[in-house]
Amino acid sequence: MAMDANLSVENERKWVLVVDLDRCTGCQACVVACHAENNIPVVGESQAAYGRWMHWIIIQRYWEGEYPNVKARFMPVMCQQCTEAPCEPVCPVFATYHNAEGLNAQIYNRCIGTRFCGSACPYKTRTYNWFRPEFPEPLAEQLNPDVSVRTRGIMEKCTFCIQRIRRAEINARSEGRIPVDGEIQPACVQTCPTNALIFGNLNDPDSRAGQLAHSHRSFRLLPELGTDPGVIYLKGGETNV
Amino acid sequence: MSEPAHLEHETPPSTPYDERLLLAERTDAEINQAVLQPMMRTGKGFWALVTILSLIVAWGMYAWGYLIYWGIGVTGKNRPVYWTLFITTFVFWVGISHAGTMISAVLRLLKADWRRPITRGAEAMTAFALIMAALYPLIHLGRVWKFYWMIPYPNNRFMWPNFQSPLMWDMVAIFTYLIASSLYLYLALIPDMAMARDHTDGWRYKLYRVLALGWRGTEGEWHKIHRALGIFSIVIIPIFLSVHSIVSWDFAVTIQARWHSTIFAPYFVIGAVYSGLSALATILVIVRRGMHLHEFLRSEHFNALGKLVLVAGMAWVYFWFAGFIVEWYGNEPVVRELIRQEVSGNLAPFFYLQMSANLIPIVLLIFKRVRTTPVLLLATTLLVNVGMFTERALIVIGSLQRNDIPFNWGTYRPTWVEISIVAMTFAGFALLYTVFSRIIPFVPVWEIKEGRLRYTMRRIGRLLVPTAAEID
Repeated sequence: MAMDANLSVENERKWVLVVDLDRCTGCQACVVACHAENNIPVVGESQAAYGRWMHWIIIQRYWEGEYPNVKARFMPVMCQQCTEAPCEPVCPVFATYHNAEGLNAQIYNRCIGTRFCGSACPYKTRTYNWFRPEFPEPLAEQLNPDVSVRTRGIMEKCTFCIQRIRRAEINARSEGRIPVDGEIQPACVQTCPTNALIFGNLNDPDSRAGQLAHSHRSFRLLPELGTDPGVIYLKGGETNV
Repeated sequence: MSEPAHLEHETPPSTPYDERLLLAERTDAEINQAVLQPMMRTGKGFWALVTILSLIVAWGMYAWGYLIYWGIGVTGKNRPVYWTLFITTFVFWVGISHAGTMISAVLRLLKADWRRPITRGAEAMTAFALIMAALYPLIHLGRVWKFYWMIPYPNNRFMWPNFQSPLMWDMVAIFTYLIASSLYLYLALIPDMAMARDHTDGWRYKLYRVLALGWRGTEGEWHKIHRALGIFSIVIIPIFLSVHSIVSWDFAVTIQARWHSTIFAPYFVIGAVYSGLSALATILVIVRRGMHLHEFLRSEHFNALGKLVLVAGMAWVYFWFAGFIVEWYGNEPVVRELIRQEVSGNLAPFFYLQMSANLIPIVLLIFKRVRTTPVLLLATTLLVNVGMFTERALIVIGSLQRNDIPFNWGTYRPTWVEISIVAMTFAGFALLYTVFSRIIPFVPVWEIKEGRLRYTMRRIGRLLVPTAAEID
């Protein structure tokens, strides 16, 4: 990015997504929004059943307890944007790398499809274009021009809607300011009807995400692996249906 | 060219105890012809074999084209099983390629005399297995037409491959090993090319004349080739150890359960030696029959090779157990689940196949009768490779089916595309080897002649006079 010393918060930002499991109802609206925003193809029933769905957000559903006292637990899992990402060093062509904002960036056009990152990822949130993606009419009309459409043989994953981050930054800069908290909203955050998803800068102590990150309910997925994820979960209590 | 004296190759030696003196009674010319004649004979069986193998290769090429055109989705891969039969077979072929160096370099350094007739076959096996292995990193790419991005070539965007990635180490290691082992194969071939040049005419003469590089057999030339082979034998050993270590690091550097293990490098190396030596024994039995090389490949060689397989097998079991006991004892959740899958779950048939196919041969090879009877040795060593292939499949495919988040567990079913491509490399290897055996003297004639000198016992009083071969 072109740097303007006064407007840039480069090297100070650390984007995080807070997922409040107490609020998540498992409605999958975020998944749909993500598909629309990021030009993610729909693979169809049989492919999805074989584990080839392309959702960047996966609403994992777990059953707890024995019938009749059964509880459904939902956990949206997207790319965890690990600080110590296992997927990054294994890519032979730098198609995935760490950027200065703590994002685990993915360059689709550089990917040659070794799927090593997918094998290395402990969260298995990376999805692969098994076939040439199809967007039957009229879906092709709504492709997002800000996001490349990927071809077969390319690995992809949640980017925290980096195109939205950039757009908000550019808009703010044109007005001579930096984006305020809540101005940047990935598609899933914007769509979530229960506000279960909060996006923000962890290094800004006044941001909502930055404050929620220090909640006593906060935890990260598989912390024992030492990946230091950029997705922060807030523990769900009894209200989780 | 005069009509070569026809030799009786097919009579096995009647008295085994003086097997070694058998060749000593032959003249040099007779040995030349004994090696060259089977090369010239291309009967119906040979052409039938070549045709069948070519058809399988052609079918596999079609499958690969189909894979490139439609995408990796035509294989059985899915999320989380991103790597399957291609990587399994890749590891298998790299493993097979290890025995060539093991036999020729290590045994050359140790001056093990029984290596002489089998070095060429072993080195050729290394080269061809590596060629087959080198296909897989290409086949498994999602966008194979961009493979050259892995090569560090200068470009105006300063795009550079990532040398942190084990795949880059792989590429470097495999190409180094391929170049080194091809040179090593070729170096030892030069004197025989000259021999073949002097005894053939037509296209063979033209080919051998080029390949012989003007070899005349002067003292200086022999000195240089021995020196070069001596250097290569030492240099190639670290390469051969590094290649399979690096292949193991493709897995071990990730944090996938059952992959993330420090013992993987030596475990893979010893597994490679075990399966490679077994494959060599299998091939030698087949080639010996196909080319009537009974005179050169005798039971003493199979006996020695069988012992080596036995030792490698026992070492493999030790390494396997050392890895397994620690993982089992550690009892981490995903590892526990994977071990449960192996011992009593969906993977159990493969696990027990792997264990029995790797352990039974070790017991069988204890018996000299098994080691020296070609048919029994063939069956035993084939069994080893069934076991080793299954072992790699279990490591690659089995482990990937389970991971830290139960929601992401998966299964895998192979498709015709994957099976065709795997069959293609097996057929391709056999095809290269078959054609090779008719073009290149399968038995290193000069080494045989050199070794023969050791058995012309010369005693002066009580003193045993060292012969030329001992200075080698």
